[in-house]
Amino acid sequence: MLREFVIISIGAILIQNFVLVQFLGICPFLGVSKKVETALGMGFAVVFVMACASAITWAVQQLLVLFHIEYLQTIAFILVIAVLVQFVEMFLQKSIPALYNSLGIYLPLITTNCAVLGVAIVNITKFGGAELSFLKSLVYGTSAGLGFTLAIVLFAGVRERLESSDIPEFLKGMPITLITASLLSIAFMGFSGLSF
Amino acid sequence: MKKTFLNGIFKENPTFALFLGMCPTLAVTTAAFNGVGMGLSTMAVLICSNIFISLLRKFIPEKVRIAAYVVVIASFVTVVEMALKAYAPAVSESLGLYIPLIVVNCIILGRAEAFASKNGALASAVDGLGMGLGFTLALTLIGSVREILGAGTFFGISLFGESFQPVTIMILPPGAFLTLGIIVMVINIISAKKKGADKVA
Repeated sequence: MLREFVIISIGAILIQNFVLVQFLGICPFLGVSKKVETALGMGFAVVFVMACASAITWAVQQLLVLFHIEYLQTIAFILVIAVLVQFVEMFLQKSIPALYNSLGIYLPLITTNCAVLGVAIVNITKFGGAELSFLKSLVYGTSAGLGFTLAIVLFAGVRERLESSDIPEFLKGMPITLITASLLSIAFMGFSGLSF
Repeated sequence: MKKTFLNGIFKENPTFALFLGMCPTLAVTTAAFNGVGMGLSTMAVLICSNIFISLLRKFIPEKVRIAAYVVVIASFVTVVEMALKAYAPAVSESLGLYIPLIVVNCIILGRAEAFASKNGALASAVDGLGMGLGFTLALTLIGSVREILGAGTFFGISLFGESFQPVTIMILPPGAFLTLGIIVMVINIISAKKKGADKVA
């Protein structure tokens, strides 16, 4: 059982990295990766929300199946995620203000991070009726968040260096950022050779 | 009206100028056909949600507007998802996960907030059409480049014959970033030249 969890986790972090291989959560990946510190903050906020979202959407899915209204999945999930993010925001503001302040604007932005809705839907299609599907979803969600954090922190590190390098005028801004992401993605393709 | 329409295609092209909706742009453009499918699905949702939100703009309270928009958008996405499954199962198959994810495509929520909530239904529909077409064109362009280089085909038709050695990396994830980066670079060069020419004239 433990072995299975490790495989799911490594798969989500390295082999099927959410950002660089599956292209989920590209907006914050490109938008909030100018500094390593903020990237790290964003990363941990996403890990937290993804873990919670995996657990809650699992429960919501059971309800949808119970009432035979699976076609409402998209609407139900996005609402649950929006509410969840709002709750997390209010909770952090009250109880852990230090963390809340360091995350700042990134918290509300997570609602529109497609990686969170993505992880919820992948969980259902991947582990739908399987044994221990709740625990597996939880592990997968957390690992996907960690994979996101890994990618965005690495990327922010490269971008910090890019700031001080001499780049041709027409490559400045978005083009060089995208090409950097491409190189990082090539590096992550190396992991696709990992198999168990 | 014409200005609103062209705005989405050129000046504020959602992909190349505003960098909105990056996830589907990069993920599904492994072939030109997928680009068209994704673009048209997004356009359908965008036009419907723009019209609907514009009609409801006087009734939605300011404070819960984002939540209301999301529900409207999610409903239309569900409609498109079911329609594709019923009438175009091939498209539904190849786009997979990314169809429900149209909900969180920032173009749609962005246009709802920036345009439909302030303008009439007709203008909003035209805005949705322009933005949707701009998105479709962008996706088709990226998809074509990647398909031609990565597989040697265009809309599934073989272009170069047997001897062509496809650059497989172009249809793999890194190729998506690379193609978009290079297209934006070309646009930068063109617009810089244009500006230069304006100055001389």
